[in-house]
Amino acid sequence: MDITLPILILAIPITMFLILGIGGVKMSKKMAGVLGILGLGTTAVLAYIVALTYYFSGDPLFIVDGVRQQYQVFDVTWLAFTQSLVVNIGFLLDPISALMLIVITTISFMVHLYSWGYMEGEQGFQRYYAFLSLFTFSMLGLVVATNIFQMYIFWELVGVSSYLLIGFYYKLPSAVSASKKAFIVTRFADLGFLIGILILSYYTDTFNFVDMTSNPDGVLLSTGGATFMGASVLTWAMVLIFTGGMGKSAMMPLHIWLPDAMEGPTPVSALIHAATMVVAGVYLVARMFPVYCTVDAAMTFICVVGAITAFYAAVVACAQIDIKRILAFSTISQIAFMMVSLGVAYDKPIEGVHYSGLGYMAGMFHLFTHAMFKALLFLGAGALIHAVHSNNYTAMGGLRKYMPITHITFLFGCLAIAGIWPFSGFFSKDEMLAAMFARHWFWGAWMTMVAGLTAFYMFRMYFLVFWWKENPHYKEHKPHDAPWQMSLPLIILAIVSLCAGWIPFGEFVTWNGEPYHIHIELSVAVTSICIAVCAIALAGVMYAKENPLPAKVKSFWPTLWEAAHRRFYWDEIYMFITHKIIFGIICKSIAWFDRHVIDATMDGFAKITQKTSYAIRGMQSGEIQAYVAWYIAGAVVLAAITWLCLI
Amino acid sequence: MDLSMLWYLVPSVIMLACGIYGFVTRKNLIAILISLELMLNSADLNFVVFNRYLFPGSMEGMAFSLFAIAIAAAETAIAIAIIINIYRAIGNTDITEIKKLKF
Amino acid sequence: MFENILIWFVVIPVIMMAGLGLCRNSNMNAIRAVMVVCSTALLGLSVWLCCDFLRLRGMGVDDEMLFTGSWMWYEPLNIHLAVGVDGISVLMLLLSSVIVFAGTFASWKISPLPKNFFLWFALLSTGVFGFFISIDIFTMFMFYEVALIPMYLLIGVWGTGRKEYSAMKLTLMLMGGSAFLMLGLLGIFWHSAPAGGQLTWNILEISHNASIAPEWQYMLFCFTFVGFGVLGAMFPFHTWSPDGHACAPTAVSMLHAGVLMKLGGYGCFRIAIFLLPQAANELAWIFIILTGVSIVYGAFSACVQTDLKYINAYSSVSHCGMVLFAILMLNTTAMTGAILQMLSHGLMTALFFALIGMIYGRTHTRDIRQMGGLMKIMPYLGVCYMIAGFASLGLPGLSGFVAEMTIFFGSFQDADLFHRIFVIAATCSIVITAVYILRVVGKLLLGPVQDEHHLALTDAAWFERFSTVTLILCIAGIGCFPNWINETIQHSFAPIIAAVQSAAL
Repeated sequence: MDITLPILILAIPITMFLILGIGGVKMSKKMAGVLGILGLGTTAVLAYIVALTYYFSGDPLFIVDGVRQQYQVFDVTWLAFTQSLVVNIGFLLDPISALMLIVITTISFMVHLYSWGYMEGEQGFQRYYAFLSLFTFSMLGLVVATNIFQMYIFWELVGVSSYLLIGFYYKLPSAVSASKKAFIVTRFADLGFLIGILILSYYTDTFNFVDMTSNPDGVLLSTGGATFMGASVLTWAMVLIFTGGMGKSAMMPLHIWLPDAMEGPTPVSALIHAATMVVAGVYLVARMFPVYCTVDAAMTFICVVGAITAFYAAVVACAQIDIKRILAFSTISQIAFMMVSLGVAYDKPIEGVHYSGLGYMAGMFHLFTHAMFKALLFLGAGALIHAVHSNNYTAMGGLRKYMPITHITFLFGCLAIAGIWPFSGFFSKDEMLAAMFARHWFWGAWMTMVAGLTAFYMFRMYFLVFWWKENPHYKEHKPHDAPWQMSLPLIILAIVSLCAGWIPFGEFVTWNGEPYHIHIELSVAVTSICIAVCAIALAGVMYAKENPLPAKVKSFWPTLWEAAHRRFYWDEIYMFITHKIIFGIICKSIAWFDRHVIDATMDGFAKITQKTSYAIRGMQSGEIQAYVAWYIAGAVVLAAITWLCLI
Repeated sequence: MDLSMLWYLVPSVIMLACGIYGFVTRKNLIAILISLELMLNSADLNFVVFNRYLFPGSMEGMAFSLFAIAIAAAETAIAIAIIINIYRAIGNTDITEIKKLKF
Repeated sequence: MFENILIWFVVIPVIMMAGLGLCRNSNMNAIRAVMVVCSTALLGLSVWLCCDFLRLRGMGVDDEMLFTGSWMWYEPLNIHLAVGVDGISVLMLLLSSVIVFAGTFASWKISPLPKNFFLWFALLSTGVFGFFISIDIFTMFMFYEVALIPMYLLIGVWGTGRKEYSAMKLTLMLMGGSAFLMLGLLGIFWHSAPAGGQLTWNILEISHNASIAPEWQYMLFCFTFVGFGVLGAMFPFHTWSPDGHACAPTAVSMLHAGVLMKLGGYGCFRIAIFLLPQAANELAWIFIILTGVSIVYGAFSACVQTDLKYINAYSSVSHCGMVLFAILMLNTTAMTGAILQMLSHGLMTALFFALIGMIYGRTHTRDIRQMGGLMKIMPYLGVCYMIAGFASLGLPGLSGFVAEMTIFFGSFQDADLFHRIFVIAATCSIVITAVYILRVVGKLLLGPVQDEHHLALTDAAWFERFSTVTLILCIAGIGCFPNWINETIQHSFAPIIAAVQSAAL
């Protein structure tokens, strides 16, 4: 394959970033917007060409005997640590990277377009587009990484672009602290990732994904059975690498940054904190999947973390007021869904070939559909916020008459995430649940419950925003649908959310490249739809019209509601640890120790010298008579000694 | 009468002791200068005496004494000049008053 | 003698001093002209040297040192003015000339007594360049001292705050280090040849003779490592750094943190490890503990400082600790990382101090609690500060990332638990660094404007932009294309590693 297109896919966004970042100040807003959209549009077209070529061309580079291959378009040396441990920058095409190219460029393009309307009139419009381009570049670099170190490089860049975009409104202290929190929490997770890479690369002596995943047993062998604290080093490495994914994908207990990240502009939340960056963790696990399969403990860990997070986030989402936060928690919950789905997948058939690797395909499928409908929901939320100038549903209610386009598209999004046939979420969720049930009934049952909760809180929000009762403020300030730049992406994404489920996804993405024929698991599908419909009905009863029921439910168990509303006090715990313990005790005491012990010792030497010299300087009186007296005394003493010695 | 060397050396030692005592204890610059001269003269005396008694054939001791006396005269002249200047500057010649050069 | 290109690194600063001597204090333009011409000449010379060096290496010349030359200086003690460079020295010379160049522009409006300031500045540069070109440890030491002494006057006269105290403290502590160093170097000299042989100060000859007995090596290693470690801000001899940097004028901070602290790392590497390999093998653990503590300790200390320069000084303790830490790992990758870290830290700290100087020149405070929202007021400086911060916390694409990663991956090659624990502790510093950098960026640049007087301030002038752009380009250059540095220095480690390994047997 020609390397021009892949290089351009990476080069255009970074060039745009440099152009808009350096020249943006001198540019008009319109110019910057058009440049940004054109640049990203071109990138999107190129990415589609590359991905579709990969999927459909039938080129033996990409597909051999119906099995999709991994193909490194280019892979050049960037930095050589040792002879064998070399960091390359390259472009890997395989089913999931091609999928991600499509997802990222699509959502990014939608967001670019949408932002033209949404961000109009904001200061720093040019800067905003520059950062979006930087983010797109980093994310594309991440997904096409040929080796784990390249992934880490772009992983960090993605973190920084996220920091810059969350803190876009840099004059607001809340945005500044949210961006800081996001960066530091993910950085902490990246520390685990880094140590994981250190361990893994030490044993395998390579960073390359293809080398590792094509021979996972070799990876296992290379560690030579080394253990540390009772677990094999490979387990440590894989769990630590997953920690990096936990940070970016906001798994418990590193989820705390994501809700705060909603301080950023809403389109940014749609792009970064719903559709693309937060799935980096899922992507990482999928990328290393064959290696993870050799480490049962790591897979179980992923399942457990995912299952707990999914449930926790779903419960918390039921008690939020800010619609963006509800969506944020729903994102956490859905990503955890994907994690569990990957965690229950396995590469070897256990009871017949049928289910092997199904969870992998399903997780990726959900990643795709979720990106579309969650971006839709966020952009819809942006339209709502744009209309009422508040993030809270208490400022909304009854909006369906005023904002019909937003209403319909938002409803599509909610139906999709709730998993109602024929929306896309139904298909992907069904496959995931089937995979979970196939592994163990517990995972299936647990996640079905979470799916029910998902339907409930999404429709709670939907009803509170669009039904309930009309907010009296509408009389002064009548809300209306957003301009075309904002509505168009909503409509496109709504259509995609409706149709994406019919894509025969198993033909394109499976863990080993062999096609898999999706078929609906009827019992699972019926159960999950029933539960979803019940949950929606319950939400409808409680929130469709103004009634005292929600207040009653809330007062029935106020502590639980309060705890859920406060996200089970995770933020407070973190605040306590970071501010009180790390800052207040460790840092302060180290700084004190430095000033008052070490520096004081050094000053002490100087003081002693000074004191001594002051003490003896009286002898240097300048009085010649005193000198003579001392001299004579000395001479006499010396004479006496000499005399004594001689005798 | 044949005087032994001791007859000369003892007064010389006494002169030196007086000189040292005077030099260390007196506060007047003129007195200090006189004490200095005393010490110098005691040394000169020793030179002459040792030359006369121990090396009667040579004259180096005598020559050095004369040389030292000449130097001492010049030195005294400079010292007196300085003292006079100090007197003009501060009105007396008490060394306890002259501490401006210290430290 | 003057046909040797390296001598010109010392001659040009001397010419610079002579030129400055002819100027008058009131004639600022003449002073600037001399400085710009000479520092550009130095920069050009070092770029030329670098290209020539790579050309020779490309031609397959694999001597340990290139461009060597040696001239007798003092016969009775066999002291030569011996020069020669390998890849590491070439890069250090390049770094120094970049920083002298940027420092010239950063102190464009220095007052009072600009001429005298630049005279001392030039003398300091002479010392730095002389140190990096020398391969005779006596002249090396001499240049080292030449570089240290002007610091006293530069801080004491042109500094801010408690400048007399800080200048005294910095000079005395570094002189204390020099005393240890002198002992170590003399010890090396007296054992530099087998019994009855001609004693020598030449590094290559000493390492070739390898005649220092192990029990002497232990003592001399401690002396030299501590001596250079003081300048490399090794815990617990780092306390001159916060006070000294806080009071120093901008260009001096730049040169001191940017280049002078590298003298410490370079010296440890070139003398302590190379000449005393056996002791390095056996005593490295002591200093690994100390430098490991430096890394984490410096980072934690930086978290609660409120003075911009203090934050940077502590972060320098952490980053320079990383340099010494990596050197002590005694393998090629980690040492490559150490060199990268020296370059990276030199450039980014110089950038930091330049920016802090510029911000201080406008706001007249360095207390982050009294500033805020400067991004809105001076966007250019704000963006530069952010870039410097990102370089410091290791953002890929900037130099810090490359250096730290090379160090971590190199250090991780030592497979025993002791090394592993310290490497992992060192990696933790990337998180703590992020914490203090973002804290400063958040308080200083972002958020609402704290003091409405600041609203009237102006953004960077052309000479400030010139200075910062030079440094940023270098940082990004290293960060984006690191491999050419690897290629430049790859030959340089072979003799050192060989010495260490043969000593370990």
